[in-house]
Amino acid sequence: MDATFFMNVISAGLLTGLVYGLMALGLSVIFGVMRVVNFAHGDMMVVAMYAAFLLYTKMGIEPVPALPLVAGLLFVVGYLLQRFLINHFLGVTEHIQFLLLLSVAMIITNIVLMVFGPDARNIQLDASFESYSLGPLVLDKVRVTAAFTAGGVAALLWAFFKYTTTGTAIRACADNPVGARVVGLNVEKLYAITFGIGTACVGAAGCLLLLLVDVHPHLSSDYTLLGFIIVILGGLGSLGGALLGGILVGLSEALSGVLIAPSLKSMFSFGLLILVLLLRPQGILGKKP
Amino acid sequence: MSDNTTSLSASRTITRRQFTTAAAAGALVTSTGLPLRSARAATPLKLGVLLPRSGHLALIGQACQRGAEIGLPMLKDMGYSVELMNADTESNPDVGRTQAEKLIREGANMLMGCFDSATTLAVAGVAEAKGVPFVVNIASEPKLTEQGFKYVFRNFPSAGMLGKGGLLLYKDIFAATGVTPKTAVLLHINDSFGMAMLGGINALMPKLDMPFTIVETIAYDPKARDLSIEVSKAKAAKADFIMTVTRLNDAILLVREMVKQQVETMGIISPGAPGMYDKQFFKALGKYAEYCTTNVPWFDPKQEMAKSLEKTFEKAFPEESCDLNVGFTFEAVLIAADAHKRAGSNDPQALTEALRTTNLSQRVMLGGAIKFEANGQNMNLISAAVQNLGGKPTVTLPAASAEAKPIFPMPPFKGRG
Repeated sequence: MDATFFMNVISAGLLTGLVYGLMALGLSVIFGVMRVVNFAHGDMMVVAMYAAFLLYTKMGIEPVPALPLVAGLLFVVGYLLQRFLINHFLGVTEHIQFLLLLSVAMIITNIVLMVFGPDARNIQLDASFESYSLGPLVLDKVRVTAAFTAGGVAALLWAFFKYTTTGTAIRACADNPVGARVVGLNVEKLYAITFGIGTACVGAAGCLLLLLVDVHPHLSSDYTLLGFIIVILGGLGSLGGALLGGILVGLSEALSGVLIAPSLKSMFSFGLLILVLLLRPQGILGKKP
Repeated sequence: MSDNTTSLSASRTITRRQFTTAAAAGALVTSTGLPLRSARAATPLKLGVLLPRSGHLALIGQACQRGAEIGLPMLKDMGYSVELMNADTESNPDVGRTQAEKLIREGANMLMGCFDSATTLAVAGVAEAKGVPFVVNIASEPKLTEQGFKYVFRNFPSAGMLGKGGLLLYKDIFAATGVTPKTAVLLHINDSFGMAMLGGINALMPKLDMPFTIVETIAYDPKARDLSIEVSKAKAAKADFIMTVTRLNDAILLVREMVKQQVETMGIISPGAPGMYDKQFFKALGKYAEYCTTNVPWFDPKQEMAKSLEKTFEKAFPEESCDLNVGFTFEAVLIAADAHKRAGSNDPQALTEALRTTNLSQRVMLGGAIKFEANGQNMNLISAAVQNLGGKPTVTLPAASAEAKPIFPMPPFKGRG
């Protein structure tokens, strides 16, 4: 196997990893602010993928232009879910939260199954079969589009938390919820906005993933698990860590597929996770508790 | 002892007159046997249809179910009388076994099914224990006809027949086109079906003296979301052509990736697996679905019955594929109905005997007349090279049934109009 082959494989892993990172970013935001582990994360992404699928097949809107619409829809879903359901369970023990979100996940999966059936669905854009040739490098067009858009969304999110008043207030809630209440912040509302932002991220990632993979109702558990691996690798609650974790998983899947066997590539992600947990339990960019 | 009596025992005698009367009565019964049989045959055959209509094999089970039901009006026109008793195996052998027992309890005279080998074996055990004949529509597990079952009749090829038929067709394709590649890459799903096919291919390749060698074998997870790395690896092997053992979704992913990664190969030929002849494959890939070939038992385009069935199916289910699942399931119902008609009875023993002497030259799938060997295996089955041409799966070999000539090497993906 020559260098060109490895370059192609690495670039494909890198590009896919960025989309994985965006998907995990939502999970990290929600955990970082509220300490809620969203077990319905993958299910929400599958909902977003179906929404993007419908927008394309019924109205001809391609996934990238559909991204703000789908992200907006998922924001509303996340906001309402937090405001009217999860906020009531914030003070309770973790296993109750775990059961609650697992129940939400199962309800979503079964609704999707009822509406769309078990078949895998995909969309075929002209770009789905096209690639860019950069010298010896052959880069899949939709993968490049998805990766750059994921990078853009991540940058926007970072700017939101860094430069807006709401972003600053959310960070204050994350650092010290009691203090935030004392200074008059509406913590419940800010939590709902945060959950909405987290699900909007996964909505954006769902639109982009639809360019790369076919959607079916049982995809959700795979992506929930993948999201957890990524955020734990990068460091729970760290935005940069989520992106880095995504890239590492994308690369490890790609390289293990070439060096060992493609059917064992998931094993490598888990191996990487165990290694990071052993060497740096808080994750690569995570802060020590 | 008198002259007009025949002593049968010390305690009982019969007169010559009584003997003559009894003989006459016997003759009358014998002579009226045919009308009585006809009266019994007018009772429809209750055929217990066991298919995985839910669970992980639901899509295929539902395709088979369509095959069982679509031909019923045709069979009625042909003078057959059959009633289906449907049961869902839920893609689970234990459920299949229970459902088979339930069907028999509810009056099924014969069973038919079950697509997957594990469930079919479970149901075969029930059929054997209850002495009820069982026609296998699809299932390739060799044990089904090698285990010594008396009531099992399989219309579908065994795994060995399937593998051998599929591989030999490679030679025929190369001979027909005059181009013989030297190397291949085998991409296969690593579920139980894919692994069984891999084992068969590896065992048969040297025995059949194939003209090419497999330079790389790449297995992938059935749940793989993305096959870009697998295709990169196949590309790097620089083999002359690609062999695939797929199901539908991964077949689409593989070819899409080949187009994107500009893997220009002489051909994509499967030794026998679902996916590439499916309607969804054409729908998802359009022009890139063209020229892919699958070597499988297929409809005989020269048979009137096949044409009629395909036409009826297209009209009833325009969005679905009229594939081998439909064809073999229809034939299984045909075999059952024909045995019932000839037996003139719903008695399981009579039906079993009639199945044993099946000889159906009018059929829908390729091969000679449907006849069963002593072990219950249909002896006349052959595979076809089915190439995607003009937006539909087309028989290109064997030559006697071909609708078009095989195309190999296939035109490159780049520049396809």
